Amino acid sequence: MLEIKNVYKTFNAGTINEKVALRGISLTLEDGDFVTVIGGNGAGKSTMLNAVAGVWPIDEGQIIIDGVDVTKLPEYKRAGYLGRVFQDPMNGTAAAMEIQENLALAQRRGKARGLRIGITAREREEYRERLAELGLGLETRMTSKVGLLSGGQRQALTLLMATLKKPKLLLLDEHTAALDPKTASKVLEMTDYIVNRDKLTTLMITHNMRDAIVHGNRLIMMMEGKIILDIKGEEKKNLSVEDLLQKFEQVSGEEFASDKAILG
Amino acid sequence: MNIASLINAFPGAVAQGLIWGIMAIGVWITFRVLDIADMTVDGTMCTGGAVCIMMMLSGHNVWVSMLAAICAGMIAGLVTGFFHTVLGIPAILAGILTQLGLWSINLKIMGKANQAINVDKYDLLVSLRFIKGVAVYKNTIFVVAVAIVILIALLYWFFGTELGCSIRATGCNPNMSRAQGINTDRNKVLGLMISNGFVGLAGSLIGQYQGFADINMGRGAIVIGLAAVIIGEAIFGRIFQNFALKTLSIVFGAIIYYIVFQFVIWLGVDTDLLKMFSAIVVAIFLGIPTLKSRYFAKPVKRGGRADA
Repeated sequence: MLEIKNVYKTFNAGTINEKVALRGISLTLEDGDFVTVIGGNGAGKSTMLNAVAGVWPIDEGQIIIDGVDVTKLPEYKRAGYLGRVFQDPMNGTAAAMEIQENLALAQRRGKARGLRIGITAREREEYRERLAELGLGLETRMTSKVGLLSGGQRQALTLLMATLKKPKLLLLDEHTAALDPKTASKVLEMTDYIVNRDKLTTLMITHNMRDAIVHGNRLIMMMEGKIILDIKGEEKKNLSVEDLLQKFEQVSGEEFASDKAILG
Repeated sequence: MNIASLINAFPGAVAQGLIWGIMAIGVWITFRVLDIADMTVDGTMCTGGAVCIMMMLSGHNVWVSMLAAICAGMIAGLVTGFFHTVLGIPAILAGILTQLGLWSINLKIMGKANQAINVDKYDLLVSLRFIKGVAVYKNTIFVVAVAIVILIALLYWFFGTELGCSIRATGCNPNMSRAQGINTDRNKVLGLMISNGFVGLAGSLIGQYQGFADINMGRGAIVIGLAAVIIGEAIFGRIFQNFALKTLSIVFGAIIYYIVFQFVIWLGVDTDLLKMFSAIVVAIFLGIPTLKSRYFAKPVKRGGRADA
């Protein structure tokens, strides 16, 4: 479903702020894989996701989504294949627009936008049902501006927008990191439910080792722009935080520095 | 100072305010919908007037001339959009560059700095002579008011379409828009073109109204447009939430601006100072949100309303 082949990315090349973010990373996701991604700050997790999403051009390598080479496609064209949820709840929605208008924008992802009406009556009914599934009461506030929603509500809405039209690949960039623990676990629960129901191929970055272990069928750990651990199948199912820390020490030759990565 | 002269000047102020209201709607589209301060409009205003007057002087029909003025404005917007999106020049600078280029173009269109048109010899749509003592359907205030109703209806429809919604999203959150498959660069160009089309139209109307096109007619237009936006939002912002009413409030803002303008002239204030006053008023109002949040911030309550 997704192939990342030997991708390199350096920011601010040739300047004092030069930062090599990805060093020849390669990763292949099978159809229906739910991969969790962990790693310290600056490990290249978000860079990898942004490379797939096409936020900027990569220096070297190839990105293939569902057999289509998208390496040269601009971000807005790749969007047709992708569903994305960002870390900052402000990023995923248009605050000055209505809840239903945001959903209508997402519904038309990957399609040409013309002079047809921006949201039809039939769509409204569909959105009402989908919002009701979230269990947040948003179905009664469809014409409210998204800016009036809480961070958790906005993240749930963004998740719904990302999956409203089944994406080839769902990219979750620490989408619960900015939420309080209770809301975060609720949004994660929702994520699990939707990913399993629609059998979505998913890449989820998280800072929380426990979340990375509990969710998904495969776990990768990144360090300094490379994938240093790739755990799947039975091994992933039986994984504990202690196992993970031990493996990390074996691979990297150092102790896992950040408590935050364990506790979240 | 006699009251009669003030009252006499009132209809003219309303007519001018209405025409500038069309211009202010253009400014509002870039400033509020797209979140871009577009400096092109100072040049486009004159381009619209120059194209319209010159076309009419060479024998074209008033409607054809005004259509040409709108197209000329849209081309100016296209150029600014090109500078901004393809060449990556910051929006403000892109607008300034186009504006400067338009100065020469406007001179070339007119052949000199000023071109007059005689209202008796040409069939103008609006004129300061059509304010009093003419049939209602010919009255400039009526004509421009009807035009504004039609324009607002068109905008209301357009910004409700798939394309219009995607332009609004582009101005609101470009990152999210791209993630939802919206070509934000193309949308910015489109928005700039629509906006400058409005300004070109306003320029063609102002040219006819005053009976001449002049190289300086657009100077400070962006500030007047912003003043209209700010006045309109400050007075009607709380009661006008609907998109069509919001646009209408901008027109009201422009009318109020011109009424105050007439009043200040009537008071005998040195007219040389008026542009400075406009600039100061706009600076103060644009600064209020920042000053409020910096010095008069209220503690944020949990569950309170975020800024929409």
